Amino acid sequence: MARNKEALVLVVDVGPTMHDILPDIEKLCTMLVQKKLMYSKNDEVGIVLFGTEETKNDLQKEVGGYLHVVVLQDIKVVDDVTVDNLRELPRGTRNGDFLDAIVVGMDMLIKKFGPTNKGKHRLCLITDAQHPVKEPDEGSKADQVNTIGQLMKSHGVRLDCIVVKVKLARSVQQKAADENIDLLNQFSKNTISKIIHVDGPTSLLGALRTRNISPVTVYRGDLELSSSMKIKVWVYKKTAEEKFPTLKKYSDKAPRNDKFATHELKIDYEYKNTEDFGKVVPPEQRIKGYRYGPQVVPISSAEWEAVKFRPEKSVKLLGFTDSSNIMRHHYMKDVYVFIPEPGDTKAILAVSALVRAMKEMNKAAILRCVWRQGQGNVIIGVLTPNISSADNIPDSFYLNVLPFAEDVREFQFPSFNNLPASRQPNELQQEASDNLVKMLDLAPAGQEELLKPELTPNPVLQRFYQSLFLKSKHPDAQLPQLDASLLRITGPDSDILSELNSEVDNFRRQIELRDNPKKRRSTKRALLEKPSGSNEEAAAVVQAIDYHNAGPSAVKVEKIGSSNPLKDFEEMMARRDGSKWVEKAIKGMQDHIYGLLENSYEGDNYLSAIECLTALRNSCIQEQEPKKFNDFLHYLCENQKTLDLRDFFELLSSKNITLITKTEAADSDVKMEDAKLLPIKNEIISQE
Amino acid sequence: MDLDPDGIFRDDSGSEDDLLREKESTKDFSVYLVDASPKMFGTVATNEVDEMGETFFHAAVKCISESLKAQIIGRSSDEIAICFFNTREKKNTQDLHGVYVFNVAERELLDRPTARLIKEFSGIEDSVIHHIGSRYWIEPASRENSLYNALWVAQALLRKGSVKNVSKRILIFTNEDNPFRSISGAAKADMIRTTLQRAKDAQELGISIELLPLSSKEFDVSIFYADLLGLEGGEMPLFLTSADEKLEDMANQLRKRIFSKRKVKTIMFVIASGVSIEVNAYALIRPSVPGAIMWLDSVTNLPLKMERTFVCADTGALVEQPRMHFQEFNGEMVKFTVEELAEIKKVSDGHLHLLGFKPLDCLKDYHNLRPSTFIYPTDEEIVGSTCAFVALHRSMVRLQRFAVAFYGSSTHPQLVALVAQDEIISSSGQLEPPGMHMIYLPYSDDIRYPEELQIDAGTPHATDDQIKKASALLRRIDLKDFSVCQFSNPALQRHYGILQALALGEDEMPNVKDETLPDEEGMAKPGVVRAIEEFKFAVYGENHDQEEAAKKGSTTEASKKRKAIYEVALKESASYDWADLAEHGKLKDLTVMELKNYLTAHGLPVTGKKEVLISRILTHLGK
Repeated sequence: MARNKEALVLVVDVGPTMHDILPDIEKLCTMLVQKKLMYSKNDEVGIVLFGTEETKNDLQKEVGGYLHVVVLQDIKVVDDVTVDNLRELPRGTRNGDFLDAIVVGMDMLIKKFGPTNKGKHRLCLITDAQHPVKEPDEGSKADQVNTIGQLMKSHGVRLDCIVVKVKLARSVQQKAADENIDLLNQFSKNTISKIIHVDGPTSLLGALRTRNISPVTVYRGDLELSSSMKIKVWVYKKTAEEKFPTLKKYSDKAPRNDKFATHELKIDYEYKNTEDFGKVVPPEQRIKGYRYGPQVVPISSAEWEAVKFRPEKSVKLLGFTDSSNIMRHHYMKDVYVFIPEPGDTKAILAVSALVRAMKEMNKAAILRCVWRQGQGNVIIGVLTPNISSADNIPDSFYLNVLPFAEDVREFQFPSFNNLPASRQPNELQQEASDNLVKMLDLAPAGQEELLKPELTPNPVLQRFYQSLFLKSKHPDAQLPQLDASLLRITGPDSDILSELNSEVDNFRRQIELRDNPKKRRSTKRALLEKPSGSNEEAAAVVQAIDYHNAGPSAVKVEKIGSSNPLKDFEEMMARRDGSKWVEKAIKGMQDHIYGLLENSYEGDNYLSAIECLTALRNSCIQEQEPKKFNDFLHYLCENQKTLDLRDFFELLSSKNITLITKTEAADSDVKMEDAKLLPIKNEIISQE
Repeated sequence: MDLDPDGIFRDDSGSEDDLLREKESTKDFSVYLVDASPKMFGTVATNEVDEMGETFFHAAVKCISESLKAQIIGRSSDEIAICFFNTREKKNTQDLHGVYVFNVAERELLDRPTARLIKEFSGIEDSVIHHIGSRYWIEPASRENSLYNALWVAQALLRKGSVKNVSKRILIFTNEDNPFRSISGAAKADMIRTTLQRAKDAQELGISIELLPLSSKEFDVSIFYADLLGLEGGEMPLFLTSADEKLEDMANQLRKRIFSKRKVKTIMFVIASGVSIEVNAYALIRPSVPGAIMWLDSVTNLPLKMERTFVCADTGALVEQPRMHFQEFNGEMVKFTVEELAEIKKVSDGHLHLLGFKPLDCLKDYHNLRPSTFIYPTDEEIVGSTCAFVALHRSMVRLQRFAVAFYGSSTHPQLVALVAQDEIISSSGQLEPPGMHMIYLPYSDDIRYPEELQIDAGTPHATDDQIKKASALLRRIDLKDFSVCQFSNPALQRHYGILQALALGEDEMPNVKDETLPDEEGMAKPGVVRAIEEFKFAVYGENHDQEEAAKKGSTTEASKKRKAIYEVALKESASYDWADLAEHGKLKDLTVMELKNYLTAHGLPVTGKKEVLISRILTHLGK
């Protein structure tokens, strides 16, 4: 059995108050299972729904009760079925009782694994926790939670609660919701449990750790305050970037019918003599050369080994200092966490005393770290205190790596106060800016902080996995667009912006931005000054500038941009400094049209596509290149299914845009009557 | 473990990002003009009597030599020439008296420094005494003006290269504050006039002249050099102190690669729709790595060229650079084109989009992944950028807030925190430039929770008394004026030291001081020791050391078990005649368990397949 194998039971509230957020929960859960399919294929997943109309669980059959809880899937190894189950969760009709559901989930885990098989077991509850749980037959709710907690602890089950903040239904009282949160909090007394409050789809997507990485210590040993006082610590990574997966290179050389073909490409590196070409130098004959001025000094690795810097493995304290002596931007790398050696009470106490004293006095400690014996370098780091938020978690330290003298480049910049008055804000501008900074607040008092790194998913990875799953089903599928809930990470939230219209407007008015006349083209100015309310428009502005950079008008147009394709096309067709331009223009226009259609959402690009197509058609007639146009139109026809172009072709025929006929251009082999047939013919095809 | 001597310095976080790497830019051409007159061979007056007096000339050579050693690593593209004046012999293209241009083989007169140059130059003093000779030319009889000649030669040496991208300078090392003391009258005035004119001509050609007086206490700039350098009356006392520092700096330069100030990128910062300003990004802090290596043929020492070929794993055929990549998923092969992968990564338009502001305490210590990038506004293309930036900067500093923004670079789109940094100035100059630091934030999947791994209901927290003792300790071991980067990287310094020693053929490996070790002396102060002992007593109790010692003595569960296994294995394996079995090739008839008994009994690794085990036993038996 894989050491890192995990069994997870998803316990999802599907009651009426959850309906709004359920699509996002479906996304989250499918993503979770899909990533398991990729990274930990042996993990097991079970699904429990509550708040459903019907009831289907073992406990109900055995002891009665536990109504409106449905076991959608027993605990089993992840597969496509699991994904499909989660892709569309049924909508429930009842207000769910999460305690019942947790008990059902626990029951599944216990029955499946018994008391002996203690692997990694996890319950994940997703609910809005706003409906009161029913009173138990005996004892209080708190007692019940206690019992369940004990049970979880004895079976080593972790509990992750994701509490979704939705608008409270009218019938629900704040009191009930608060009580529920208290109950959930109570779990953490006995077992490893964590509550995450999320307020919207964006943070929901980041709330669940979708990939399990078993943490590995970087260092286990002494933190030496001095030669006589040492604290036993374990050091882990606190942050580590989850990288974009490295894809293998594909080779299509293997015969088609070879089922066992790996299709992999290997990369071979050969070192060849620069003077004697073709002579491969074997690895053992290679030696590393280091530049010293214009010379290259050959030094073998054995020579280096003999004289290299090799510090002893140790973590030593250099001293304490005011935390203000260390700037935040000096942190160099990902972060480590120092925790006292588990089970060592003395170490826990020593760390705790230092942490609290450092926090109180606003101090940080400077350490010199060598994690491993034989490591070739040392790290100077700053240790900052982290007072544990929970009673059952010991205090710990964070360690950030600091730069060495060689790593800092001392560049000088003009002081803001010495800038000419024209570049300094006046009082009104300063006030506008103050207001903007005050009002565009992502952490308003009394509310959840928005865009917390802890709850913000990586949009690129999200998109990659989505594409991966889509392509595994439909190899030819187009890439999906960025999920709407992720747009709040890549651009400002339009809801917030619209509330702040006056502040933003004021800032825009006060801060006059002009293009530098010497440097910039005139068009940009218009674009910049166009005030627009929404996020999309801003993006459009920015994009337009982008394209502008790609082909400044001072230079001759060399490709078709998207800001003014018709003009670009005409200019390119008109270029007479080479016949290649006509061809290039046609090709570029075709690509542009295809792009428009491809990115069209409910036909919003169709009109501009038609405009472009008309221009293309006219030019093709003029240049006597009917075949190019006709082939393209045929090509569109062939792809109309994938692009969903039926409406587009209807529009085409209504506008009377047909293939170029022989009467229009002599080179065409399309007869008058055939030309009109094309769209119709396609309709027949598509209906078949 | 074989650590790549190069790889250990590499920052393992995404180094492919363009923001993290920089290239060197403009060059520096310098001519070192060293006075070799007899006066330079007098000894420097030192306070310590027992020390052998060092000649001025030697001091100058040492200083240049150290500076060259630092330069060859730091800015190896800079070119230098070394030139002595007031020499008996002459060697220069103009054939002028009293000027000797020093050079070594395989090198132009003004060229990049080479190991050979440094090596031969460090032993130049003998050569000057015995071969080149020293002679003071400016005297009534000779009618030669060696200083004038020297400036002329230096100017000629600096003829190449355009002033636009090269900065040129002449550095004069001398201890003679009055070069024309021995002549008088019209001849003197004439000589002074022509010399000053020569210097002025050079300055007008964009060459700066610097003076490094070697006996600053007795050196009177006002006699002659002030005019040559163009110093005003008030600047003179300042000049001497700064010249002193300059000498000091030249001799004690840190060996590191120097980067000239250069923006990495210009970024469009979208504050709100319709309000976009431009900022320049600079890399102020980046892990320093030794220069790139190159592979050589160890027989000929000629550089090798690496060729990369793609081989199809199935057929062994050579393939072009692939356009297609795949990821295995759920037993299937999911294919992506290179363009599709690039498209997936392109979630934004490459600009910096402001999302909102948060109080500074929302930025936790663990919200960090990579070195930060500094941004400073530019009005070059959009006028008003600086104004808007300064306004935001001031608001953020005053309201104690940082901005959250999305930086959509094509390789690494990331959420960033923009922290406004106020300018910090000290007497020695700007310590922190004003601007914003872009700090790369982690995403939810990048943050781990190892501290929650071990949850125990009985976790104790420190008592007030323990905290008090800890506070006392903190106060004792306080680094008052700690500043980051007060340490040089011992691994890097050693690397350069070794490289230099090998390149120059020095016999002794340099001993680089590791500045990062704790201050043993300070730690041994009675006050510190007492504070540590008190803290230790408060948290560990009285008999900690004894308990620890006792723990070490007694065997743990695991080691007991290990011992038991070992004993069983020893007993079991003793019942075979291993040598005999091996002799007759009968080892393969034994079971893996039996083979492992032997291995365990002899403390050998027990991993691998049966064949591996057998061969390991055979090796051990010496067969």
